Amino acid sequence: MSHPGNISITGGRLIDPANGIDEISDLHISGEQVLAIGDLPPGFEPDTTIDASGKVVCPGLIDLAANLREPGQENKATIASETVAAARGGITTLICSPDTDPAIDTPAVWELIRRRAKACAQARVLACGALTEGLGGEHLSEMAALQAAGCVAVGNANRPLANTLVERRALEYAATFGLTVFLRSQDPHLKSDGCAHEGAVAARLGLPGIPSAAESVAVARDLALAEHTGARVHFRSLSTAAAATMVGEAKHGQLLVSADVAAHQLHLTEMDVDGFDSLCHVDPPLRTLGDREALRRAVADGSIGVICSDHQPHEEDAKQAPFPETAPGISGLETLLPLTLRLVDEGVLDLATAIARLTVGPAGVLGLPLGELGRGRTADICIFDPAAVWTLDPAGMASAGRNTPFAGWEFRGRVTHTLFNGRVVYDHTQDPRP
Amino acid sequence: MANQNQDLQLDDQGRLRHFLTIDGLGRDLLTEILDTAESFASLPGRPVKKVPLLRGKIITNLFFENSTRTRTTFELAAKLLSADVINFNVSVSATSKGETLLDTLRNLEAMHTDMFVVRHAQSGAAHFIAGQAAPGVSVVNAGDGQHAHPTQAMLDMFTIRKHKGDFTPLRVAIVGDVLHSRVARSQILALNTLGVTEVRVIGPRTLLPGEARAMGVHVYHNLEDGVRDVDVVIMLRLQNERMKGALLPSQHEYFQLYGLTDERLENARPDAIVMHPGPINRGVEMDSAVADGPRSVILQQVSYGIAIRMAVMSMAMQVRTAAASKEEAPA
Repeated sequence: MSHPGNISITGGRLIDPANGIDEISDLHISGEQVLAIGDLPPGFEPDTTIDASGKVVCPGLIDLAANLREPGQENKATIASETVAAARGGITTLICSPDTDPAIDTPAVWELIRRRAKACAQARVLACGALTEGLGGEHLSEMAALQAAGCVAVGNANRPLANTLVERRALEYAATFGLTVFLRSQDPHLKSDGCAHEGAVAARLGLPGIPSAAESVAVARDLALAEHTGARVHFRSLSTAAAATMVGEAKHGQLLVSADVAAHQLHLTEMDVDGFDSLCHVDPPLRTLGDREALRRAVADGSIGVICSDHQPHEEDAKQAPFPETAPGISGLETLLPLTLRLVDEGVLDLATAIARLTVGPAGVLGLPLGELGRGRTADICIFDPAAVWTLDPAGMASAGRNTPFAGWEFRGRVTHTLFNGRVVYDHTQDPRP
Repeated sequence: MANQNQDLQLDDQGRLRHFLTIDGLGRDLLTEILDTAESFASLPGRPVKKVPLLRGKIITNLFFENSTRTRTTFELAAKLLSADVINFNVSVSATSKGETLLDTLRNLEAMHTDMFVVRHAQSGAAHFIAGQAAPGVSVVNAGDGQHAHPTQAMLDMFTIRKHKGDFTPLRVAIVGDVLHSRVARSQILALNTLGVTEVRVIGPRTLLPGEARAMGVHVYHNLEDGVRDVDVVIMLRLQNERMKGALLPSQHEYFQLYGLTDERLENARPDAIVMHPGPINRGVEMDSAVADGPRSVILQQVSYGIAIRMAVMSMAMQVRTAAASKEEAPA
């Protein structure tokens, strides 16, 4: 790992959607910042030169939703293991979810995570603080204190509030401090003990279903409360066509809302659950082909401005049980970019839009000064070879969680270098893994 | 997908390795099960003969849900095949001490079990165990969650064939809580695979899957209309917890609408038979007069269950035995 110094990245195709740049150009870094784009500035002498010819150079990716499992579930993953995985996936900033154990509902818990992450120095770890105490959905968390300590948003992780009055108050209180609220819209009563999309596959397998209405009912409710309270709401991990449409319309109606979708939702459907494949047990569940197509369109037209990993690493045992008893979630950091690039190959997105959904899109949700490459910007950079073809082998993943349904998938496009704060934190040529 | 079930359940020659679900099994194989069961079924007035087919084999009943009736018929079937039977009642055993299902399985395998008969409250449990079991071990599903109960479905098919002979002209009505019923799912698959003319499901919308039509059935909400001209009426057991989950207002109203009475049975064909997987809630699913009446074949179902389970266990185990002796044979 090199120390901050002068780095030149030469000959790459620079794609910076925030500034409308897509050109072959050099990029020069001094210390932690981008010094110049284009010609070598007078007197600048690079300590390191990275030949990026044939490669794409873009802002480091920002992942709005990652579970790092520390503190409390170190048997699944640690901040150290997951930030290495992030660097390997070209991700330089990740927002960790508040459902650690204990939850991030006090500055002390966040402080612990912040220090560990800083010591690892592989990626910028930011936090979404808890919206309610212990994520219990009853008492408000000390949001002002969480914000003062550095939490960039608040949310209740995968535990949607059942009580609408508490939700109203929580949104009002968060709005007082201009905090963005992450909502995972899902009606807990309609979900009940469901573990798969309520549709043809679940009916045949006898799996308790989660109806699409569990999401649309909650999104309708949350939109009404967002409008009523004026809170800045971000919808996490949408799974249905109906919800994508509702959020898209609300955006056009000038409501301050945004939304993301997990990368796996853009590729898998309820059919993948067939045969009781626990690796495809996710929450929200994989829906129909029609939902998947609608989500893809929403990402293309900007109704959904962010693609995230919804990273949920698990130990092997968590997926080794009868389907309903397995833990939901996919280890997604290392497939976030490959799955998004696949959408480009499939003609869903152009390359600049794909990168925008992973960089300036998420930065915009939180108002972060990241996700773009202008002079003076933080030198968080992802370099990938768009032509490299490779096959995912879970054994070669850096994440402690090997729970991926994409084993054996062939991808085109692979990260070769990741720079975080002007330092190379990942270099493919030095990677011992396959 | 059917293919995935086939991969797990059948060997490369299409023979039964595990018996997990009807899904993916062909008409020939189902007929083979029925024919094999026929050879085990006792003649009236003669006891079932014990056969030495599975001598020296160890069969473990792995029941994570209580069920005296099903466990007993499996045990009896295993003993009539001369196997040794271990009953592993999990609710009072290791998993209640925190052992995982996988560890329980490994431990029992270490005791040289040749076959697991599995009942579990979660859909997919038998698939999971079959996927994890050692290559020489067979798994028979004795009911998993709301997914499948294939031996129950096959003994129902056996009963129907005994009374009706040919499946193709038959209309069959399944009445009640199809949504939560693993029995109904397996029956529907078996009936359609065996080529009946029509399968109907009858019940209020709260008890029928939204995707019922995709399962190859016609949906009726009115019992009188639904049983019209059918050859077989299958009543499902109504669980008490359905009232708690706001799926039904009361047992009383359920009986008023969907309880089978002699009067309602008049709409069916004159020679129609009435079936029930048991145990019956008299006065809820059906009148006692129907349960004990001339058209009821409910008790026959129970005794045919032994023959069906003997058939399935011997078929699955024969493939194993054949495969093992091939491996042991000198090259």
